[in-house]
Amino acid sequence: MNLPLANIPLMPEQASTISKDVDLLYYALLGLSAFATVAIVAVLIFLLVRYRRRHEDEVGHKETAPEWLEIAWTIVPGIIFLGLFFWGAKVYFDNYRIPADAERYYVVGKQWMWKYQHPSGNREINDLHVPVGRPIELVITSEDVIHSFYVPAFRVKRDAVPGKYTTAWFEATKVGTYDIFCAEYCGAEHSLMIGKIHVMESADYEQWLEGKGGGRALAATGAALFEEKACSTCHRQDTSARAPILNGLYGSEVALLGGDRITADDNYIRESILDPTEKVVSGYQPIMPTYKGQLTEEEILELMSYIKSLESVADGAQGTR
Amino acid sequence: MTSTTIGDSHAHEGDGHHEHADYLSDGYGLKSWLLTTDHKRIAVLYLISATGFFLLGSIFAALIRLELATPQGDLVQPDMYNRLFTIHGVIMVFLFLIPTIPGVFGNFLIPLMIGAKDLAFPRLNLASWYVYNVGAICVLLAVFQGGLDTGWTFYVPFSSSYSATNVVLAAVGIFIAGFASIMTGLNFMVTIHRLRAPGMTWFRMPLFVWSHYATSIIILLGTPVVAITLLLVGAERLLHLGIFDPAYGGDPILFQHLFWFYSHPAVYIMVLPAMGIQSEIIAAFARKRIFGYKFVAYSSMAIAVLGFLVWGHHMYTSSQSPYAGIVFSLLTMLVAVPSAVKTFNWTATLYRGSVSFDTPMLYAMAFMGLFLVGGMTGVMLGTLGFDVHVHDTYFVVAHFHYVMVGVTVTAFMGGLHYWWPKIFGRMYPEFWAKLSAMLIFAGFNLTFFPQFLLGYLGMPRRYHAYPDEWQVLNVLSSAGASILGFGFILPAFYLTWSLTKGEKAPANPWGATGLEWKAASPPITHNFEGDVVVTHEAYDYEALVRERDAARTTTQSEEKPVV
Repeated sequence: MNLPLANIPLMPEQASTISKDVDLLYYALLGLSAFATVAIVAVLIFLLVRYRRRHEDEVGHKETAPEWLEIAWTIVPGIIFLGLFFWGAKVYFDNYRIPADAERYYVVGKQWMWKYQHPSGNREINDLHVPVGRPIELVITSEDVIHSFYVPAFRVKRDAVPGKYTTAWFEATKVGTYDIFCAEYCGAEHSLMIGKIHVMESADYEQWLEGKGGGRALAATGAALFEEKACSTCHRQDTSARAPILNGLYGSEVALLGGDRITADDNYIRESILDPTEKVVSGYQPIMPTYKGQLTEEEILELMSYIKSLESVADGAQGTR
Repeated sequence: MTSTTIGDSHAHEGDGHHEHADYLSDGYGLKSWLLTTDHKRIAVLYLISATGFFLLGSIFAALIRLELATPQGDLVQPDMYNRLFTIHGVIMVFLFLIPTIPGVFGNFLIPLMIGAKDLAFPRLNLASWYVYNVGAICVLLAVFQGGLDTGWTFYVPFSSSYSATNVVLAAVGIFIAGFASIMTGLNFMVTIHRLRAPGMTWFRMPLFVWSHYATSIIILLGTPVVAITLLLVGAERLLHLGIFDPAYGGDPILFQHLFWFYSHPAVYIMVLPAMGIQSEIIAAFARKRIFGYKFVAYSSMAIAVLGFLVWGHHMYTSSQSPYAGIVFSLLTMLVAVPSAVKTFNWTATLYRGSVSFDTPMLYAMAFMGLFLVGGMTGVMLGTLGFDVHVHDTYFVVAHFHYVMVGVTVTAFMGGLHYWWPKIFGRMYPEFWAKLSAMLIFAGFNLTFFPQFLLGYLGMPRRYHAYPDEWQVLNVLSSAGASILGFGFILPAFYLTWSLTKGEKAPANPWGATGLEWKAASPPITHNFEGDVVVTHEAYDYEALVRERDAARTTTQSEEKPVV
């Protein structure tokens, strides 16, 4: 028979360095509790049967509890409980002390989503990608009410408290995808404030950072720079009177002054920033000043990724050139 | 135990010596009940209110389990689900678990057990019932006029700034109901100090009285704190005072400290009276003095004191300092010791006892099993490194249901059957009562044991929907809940039936010691004919045998027993 009972999961996955320690503590606590419960219930049943009432008028014997017995069963559980306390405290502190070489990720909870920022500046919502085998520090806060960042597979949980930072850390041991829950009740969609944590091989993670995000965070920085350097004075989103609208530019065919056509790739954009009169778009005057010497490589990359990001946002609304 | 007029000959109405009506027949009009100052009638009023709230709270529990039978949130919307568990928690904790055993059994029994005519302040006692109901009406108004979705824990800043429901009205209701608690606690404390019958020394008192004394201490010291805390939440909501919400410069963790400073001891307000009932039932059905009587009495006091020092174990993940966590964990281990001591002594009481298996004893044995599981999982949760993983998961939900339902409700049911003949003068039908006790025990375990497993798997509490792989355990839990529900419906019928159709109860149907069994069933309005003088401690079964033999002799010689 294939009962569904046979498939009941009993243990969450062990996917972090501390999950084994926590599980060991769990087994010990469980074993001790089961032993105490079974032992006392067995004694109870024995006494219930052995001393069942034989006739209606019978009463129990008067007993005086020996003091040594009372003291013994006060002290012995006390010592056992203290032992558990020390063990639990050790696991807690191991869990709490963040390794010096941990990489710092930011976690922000808000009704009802998790927002993350990688050390690389990459940002994610709800789903978080992390490398396996590297200690990761989480700096956690909340924008509104109290939430709690919880990854059962890592045995990690820390409240996200508005107005302050809390920290937690883990080191994933197993590539895979694990649940993220909000563990502190936070309102209507508390049970939907969930995500996945994707543990990847280091190399895959790096690749993922480059490919996927290449990037979001960079793009955001680039956007700020775009304003700061006054690019937006001419490259406006509402009119192409003085300069081309850049939305959807990246990867597209551009008609140049003089009849040539060129694909707007990284090199083209880079050149157009640093040497704007070299290739002028058909229908425009060569009025853009050069930014050579005024931007670092990083800033260029940021501007480029900003322009790149305009492409993905563009669809639909921006076909009006 | 000695008193001038306590004897079998006075136990029944209708016999020739009878002069006073029993308390149930002492006036039949509604007014005679609503304006009564008789502690026994007030106990019955509490029983009626509490039964109503328990029923209401159970209906919401049933809806929660129905929703959780499937992984998808398909029965109700998330908003409604949040209201359901909030209302279930608020009603069960504040309107049932905290007030019921003191309100019903404490009221009825403390004066009887210490040989008094009534509580020290009978009118305050009646007032407490009214105040409790006014508080309850506020809570119910909040519930039915827009609902309440903060969880029974009212965590800020959700409750103070974000919830769009009736937080202030509900908080006011709980604030008011808290005063009923305080009135009751004060009344018990003064009564126990001042109204003990001559000869009723502290260490002759039944352990039920000891545990209510300990409970009263907690009520008096703890309740004002939660009252003020909820008032501050209301003030912040209405006036943006900036106490808890960081947006106004407050500290949300402060709320948790204040809330748990009351709400952890509140657990002992729920379980200490239940432990008192447990001691009475075990002594009565083993016909034996409670083993280590003094240690059991002291352990109640130890729980009352230590219970105030462990609130931070609810906050291991909250951002409370880890060093504070260490201290709270250590103290939590200490508070587990007196509970262990009680368990050992109850067990040892059976040794060389004379054990019978009437319904109250079945409940007492169910209590032992459930308290072991609830208590040991409490120790597990107190262990720092373990708690972080299961904090705010179903492990915690299962644990506190084992304690609150497994201990408090089980003891309430045991006590209800044990003292039913005393309160209403009628026996309940034993077969149905045993059947219901067994159904409740089985249904309870099936409902809540799978939740421990779900908790360790990581299922957070207060989740309206959950991953598919957890469905089997949730279905087991919901199935258990339906058995549990059926187990609780049975007594509603057979106990009601027994009120008029049950066999008339003698004064002491169980052959138990304790002054309450010397009074008639049901007792007369002033409890005892004449004055009570106590010559020995509670649970003295040898004295009971002597009295019984003496009574036989005197009956033969046709004289009144004046021992």
